[in-house]
Amino acid sequence: MSSSNLPSKSQGSEGIIPIWRDERALTAAAQVISAILMLGGLIWVGVNLLEAAELRGLSLGFDFINEPSGFPISESVIPYDDSYPFGTAFLVGLLNTLKVSIIGIFLATILGTIVGLARLSTNWIVNKIALVYIEIHRNIPLLVLLFVWYFAIFNKLPPTKEGLELPGPIYLNQRGLFLSWPRLTETGEGFAISLLVGLILAIIAWITLRRLRERSGRSTYFAGVSFAIILVSIVLGLALSAWQPLWIDVPVFEGFNFTGGLRLTPEFAALLVGLAMYTAAFIAEVVRAGIQAVDLGQMEAAKAVGLKPMQTLGLVIIPQAMRIIIPPLISQFLNLTKNTSLALAIGYADLFFVGRTMINQAGRAVPIFGMIMVTYLIISLIMSFVMNAYNRKIQISEKSV
Amino acid sequence: MTETGNTQQASVNIRPPSPTKPVVWIRRNLFNNWFNSLLTLLALGMIYFIGRAVLEWVFTTADWRPVTDNPILYLVGQYPRDQLWRVGVSLLLVSFLTGMSWGKWRGIMRTFATLLAAGFVILAIIPVGGQMGSLTVRIFFLINLPAIFLGFLLGSRRFVTARWVLGGWLFSFVAIPFLLHGIGEGTVLPIVETTLWGGLMVTLILAVGGILLSFPLGVLLALGRQSSLPVIKGFSIVFIEGIRGVPLITILFMSSIILALFLPPELRIDRLVRALIGMTIFSAAYTAENVRGGLQAVPDGQIEAAKAVGLNKFQTTLLIVLPQALRAVIPAIVGQFISLFKDTTLVIIVAIVELLNIGKSILQSDVTYLQLQLEVYIFIAAVFWILSFFMSFASRRLETVLGVGER
Repeated sequence: MSSSNLPSKSQGSEGIIPIWRDERALTAAAQVISAILMLGGLIWVGVNLLEAAELRGLSLGFDFINEPSGFPISESVIPYDDSYPFGTAFLVGLLNTLKVSIIGIFLATILGTIVGLARLSTNWIVNKIALVYIEIHRNIPLLVLLFVWYFAIFNKLPPTKEGLELPGPIYLNQRGLFLSWPRLTETGEGFAISLLVGLILAIIAWITLRRLRERSGRSTYFAGVSFAIILVSIVLGLALSAWQPLWIDVPVFEGFNFTGGLRLTPEFAALLVGLAMYTAAFIAEVVRAGIQAVDLGQMEAAKAVGLKPMQTLGLVIIPQAMRIIIPPLISQFLNLTKNTSLALAIGYADLFFVGRTMINQAGRAVPIFGMIMVTYLIISLIMSFVMNAYNRKIQISEKSV
Repeated sequence: MTETGNTQQASVNIRPPSPTKPVVWIRRNLFNNWFNSLLTLLALGMIYFIGRAVLEWVFTTADWRPVTDNPILYLVGQYPRDQLWRVGVSLLLVSFLTGMSWGKWRGIMRTFATLLAAGFVILAIIPVGGQMGSLTVRIFFLINLPAIFLGFLLGSRRFVTARWVLGGWLFSFVAIPFLLHGIGEGTVLPIVETTLWGGLMVTLILAVGGILLSFPLGVLLALGRQSSLPVIKGFSIVFIEGIRGVPLITILFMSSIILALFLPPELRIDRLVRALIGMTIFSAAYTAENVRGGLQAVPDGQIEAAKAVGLNKFQTTLLIVLPQALRAVIPAIVGQFISLFKDTTLVIIVAIVELLNIGKSILQSDVTYLQLQLEVYIFIAAVFWILSFFMSFASRRLETVLGVGER
């Protein structure tokens, strides 16, 4: 590319190039001009902002963060009421966004994989049902789907008394979704800790033994060993918690409402269902394309060396398909996270919703808005960084094997 | 190998397999083992129950009044009824130009023209009430058909060059907003404030306007990202990644509310234009990434060859690199247009009355409509579904026509 290194260039008229045709001079000039223009633009915008701030009495500082917010938030994972400061309110919004994103990504991945595999099924009807699911979700705006889920379905459920009862028991009514949920008993902490330690040990054992096998070529029974560790930790935990680790918190109808159990608000449930089902359609296409991209010869070769269908899928097809699936999957996860901001339209208290309420309450549009934007950017960056690191790992191990 | 060579043999080989009997087909595709048989039965049961419930709801339970009573609201919103002819003329212009493009380019444009004509026929005969059920409006929809055909005849003539058609489209993109907005009181075209615009019209204006305006910006950003000047390159990267890292809602909110603070107070921008700016900025970042893909696909040899024949950097980019890069990204741009079309629903956040928002306000316009959310939102979903399904269909045709991805 660097043509200025070519000898022919400087041999023109005795090596002297007029300054208006010297590429280096032109580049330098363009550099300076573009820098001046950009700096000028920034200064112009900044001056306008300061003028507007003075004119309307806006304050640009962040001193409001520690003042009491004065507004309630409908749901929160940390303790919060209107006497807590603005900073805590913002954190509540952020945590709500993360909650719906993480659970949504989890559900969307499972559903998307199932639909994607159904799309590859040789069964004609299953195949077409998956196609209809995908086409419905890909051609309707997410916001319209959320409106249908929230305003037309979750909001129109029968009142508490006449609500639906599903096996579980799960109660579905105007106040939301009430699930039976396992909770730790008083002695249950021992069980939880033991299980956690067991899981970590099992993962370590899996990785080291697997690496050992790859290096030595001998069978190290990594799956069996990890499984045994988990089993031992479960038994140990049960013994520690006096054989009573969990109790099931069942929602009970009392007076006018349900108590106990795990309650999902209608807003959260509608957003979660809408987002997960919408993103699942896109993930399904990613999964289908990824599996189809694996060369047919690979499957035939696997068959030829005598692998069973499940082994073929697990050892030959999926590892190769993953390489193709991961990058578009990352962008789907990012899309889901960004789309949680549509919560505003149905009233779930996510980052953007809380941010907007804060703007109304504190009257500091610019700093709060800056906080919102930067927070979304940081979430996106962290997610793409983590996923890209995972992607790189997969790609490399693929080559080394 | 000439074509006349082995005709006999070839025709034997390429004869399609005889169609399988339905029974054989069913056994092979639905009941080839016990697992698939079980799946088939389960699926059939599911289809039966869901299908019956849906059909029952659509034809008996559902109350479609909010949709059928005055459907013209979904098309143009509160646009003054005595000024509706302006929307009509704009539509005629689009029909005529579509016809002309069909005459000029055939192929893919024929699909577009056919779909458009089919849409008009359906709109003309659909049994609805209100102003849209009136004979005038029905006849107007039908007038679009001869307009398309007239355009086709003109476009087929030899002396009408592609430049004319493109010029016509360019003219319409400037003329239509002008026609809809008007010149001033007392003239033929009194001003119609954008607060009165609404419905599908606004959805289309935002989507088409967003993609057209974002295109040049996106190309510039893509070139900027490849630039050797650190300032421009840095700016482009920060802009593209910054926009792509945040949700569209925040950008719309910024362009509608925060942007005013960064501009001099005497510069007041129309509400709809502010939303359009937001859509454009958002779309430009994604266009830039698409175009960058196209730029990277241009072989280095092309650039070296351009240098060898003495083109300077500017000429190389404009005459050699961009034409090849842009051709490769047309399908991606069409795909982006479809997603932008769906994303226009988000302007509801900044109180612009597009298709979804008009549904919301219709629900509140009458006490007896209040509980009919499912009907209205399902109808709007269906409109979006039909439009974007046919757009994706056309874009797949376009991909085949352009032969992108084939060598």
